[in-house]
Amino acid sequence: MRRTVRRALWAPVVLLSASALVAACSSSGGSSSASGSSSSGSSSSGALKKGLKVYVIPKNLGNPYFTLADSVKTGGALAALGTLGETGTETSGTAATPASQIPAIQAAITKGANALIVSATDPSALCPTLKSAMAKGITVVTYDSDAPSCRDIFINQASSQAIGESEVDLLAKEIHDSGEIGIVSAAASATNQNTWIGYMKQELKKYPKMKLVSTVYGNDDPTTATQVTQGLLQHYPNLKGIISPTTVGILAAAQVLDTSKYKGKVALTGLGTPVAMKKYVEDGTVQSFELWNPANLGYLAAYAAVNFASKKITGASGQTLSAGKLGSFTIGADHTILLGPPLVFTKSNINNYNSWGF
Amino acid sequence: MERDLTARLSAAARASLRWEAGLGLLVIAIIIFGAVTSPQFLTSVNFFNTGVSSGEIAIMALPMTLIIISGEIDLSVASILGMSSALLGYLWARHWPMLAIFVMVALLGIVAGLINGLLVTRVGLPSLAVTIGTLALYRGVALILLGPNTISNFPAGYTNIGINPLPGTQIPYNVAIFVVLAVIFGIVLHFTATGRSIYAMGASPEAALFAGIRVKRVKTMLYVISGLVCALAGVLWTFRLATAVQNNGLGLELDVVAIVLLGGVSIFGGKGTLAGVVLAVIAFAALQNALLLTNFNQEATGIVIGALLLVSVFAPNAAALLHGLPRWARGRPRRAAPSP
Repeated sequence: MRRTVRRALWAPVVLLSASALVAACSSSGGSSSASGSSSSGSSSSGALKKGLKVYVIPKNLGNPYFTLADSVKTGGALAALGTLGETGTETSGTAATPASQIPAIQAAITKGANALIVSATDPSALCPTLKSAMAKGITVVTYDSDAPSCRDIFINQASSQAIGESEVDLLAKEIHDSGEIGIVSAAASATNQNTWIGYMKQELKKYPKMKLVSTVYGNDDPTTATQVTQGLLQHYPNLKGIISPTTVGILAAAQVLDTSKYKGKVALTGLGTPVAMKKYVEDGTVQSFELWNPANLGYLAAYAAVNFASKKITGASGQTLSAGKLGSFTIGADHTILLGPPLVFTKSNINNYNSWGF
Repeated sequence: MERDLTARLSAAARASLRWEAGLGLLVIAIIIFGAVTSPQFLTSVNFFNTGVSSGEIAIMALPMTLIIISGEIDLSVASILGMSSALLGYLWARHWPMLAIFVMVALLGIVAGLINGLLVTRVGLPSLAVTIGTLALYRGVALILLGPNTISNFPAGYTNIGINPLPGTQIPYNVAIFVVLAVIFGIVLHFTATGRSIYAMGASPEAALFAGIRVKRVKTMLYVISGLVCALAGVLWTFRLATAVQNNGLGLELDVVAIVLLGGVSIFGGKGTLAGVVLAVIAFAALQNALLLTNFNQEATGIVIGALLLVSVFAPNAAALLHGLPRWARGRPRRAAPSP
């Protein structure tokens, strides 16, 4: 018996160590394809490069917000890349966590990406991977959610301060400036969420009679968002309003309110997509909410990535980026480009956006 | 009686050999598939990426192998990983020195495993129920320790294990640790009396008890070791992702069990080899990576992995199942079932 077991043991061990040895000693083929993109003779006034391999890596796949931002049909990032003559691919994990997103980023780098367009699931967990990509000459553009100091350019959908402040102002108007409020957020680590919540807390100081009693996290998952909203409502019977700055969260919260005894008693606002939220605006569960055009965000991110990769911009403050159908943008501080002010949806204009599809 | 035990174990080893041969072919098939569909599959950079993203799962599969062979299971492995990660972040945020933190995390892993082991052996509860309970309990502890916060300011010297390989090679640190642990576990399982006793208690707990094997002590030890190894995996995971957050490793226990079962370890206990599990680790990691490189629909990758798992559970039991079919399905008189 021992001999047979020994034989069984040696074979895989040999296989494993042999392949490890071969892989470790062989020249790395992955880096050579990425180096091709950094060779540039074009000056900053030259034409945009074509045929670049661009990977769009949202927080997770299957998230309607990112489908809007990235797809060809809605005129998002992949549409822009197609217009510019680049090869665009969307990839990511399915859970909106760094552990799920990092393998997709690494695979993109291995496959010879020239540029990455990433919505960061965590401000720091992605940094080592993104920094090593930048060291290889790959353009790294973050959009929607930033990984500060680990990217070349960040496309911010709207001023974070404007989002945070307007969310609180919208809710304050509905609950007449007084009462307990809660926040239904996405993932606890998401950069954009925490930035907006920070500004919300600051704006709340202007409303001394309003109190933030709790922040719960739905992790951009409909089931979790529903459960945490129900928990919030049960735990705080005097809750007057909820802010949900995530399209998955606000939809779940609206569904909970619509089918419960809290309908009409608890106000809801946040960031939502017009077609999905239309029903709740029309039946009064939600009076107003806001967003921006996610497709424009993806479109702008694509143009920024291609321009940076073609060395037409370096991301320095004051430079101008020409973004196709969206016009010209001026780069602001910290290599950030703002898409524009947030758009408020109410009963009066909710039907104008049916073409968005979400 | 001793001869029967030996004969049974020989048969188990022989059955595993057939499985490993098939598994070896599967690994080769996956590698060929990967190489054909992506020119970057066989590069050392890709090897590094594959290793880095599967290292912790592979490490956790090693004690899981021994536990399943002994006839039990441990579904709390990913929660111990998460709890260790949370403790690491919690203590680091309170400015404990890193060495003291390592000691505390190791102690936590040992205690977590001890709780599992004692509940299973002394109280006599089924391990499936116990470890599902501790799965939830330990994840809850992680949530209490960190809340929704993320601790990420770990020193670069540690977090570089996620991007830097061992100096001079392209082998990630966690793969190197896996190889060392695999050799140790392999020697213990296949070349020591304790290892043989693990097979015995999996094949027949009563026979093992009457043969003088200290079943309860060994099983408790296995759970303690599993807790300690998962705590190690938690530390590696946290440094690799430079983030301590309560949902680290959520759901990984299913991947770990899938790999162990794919490796030819019988879910009923008493059968399987560590070599098979090592091959299964390679197959699993290579398949995930190959699919990722071909931009296969990420949401459907689970279907492929799940199907592989179902096949790996069904195939060894297929013969037994066919024997057990009623006469009207088989159409031939039932023969007496051969002794294994």
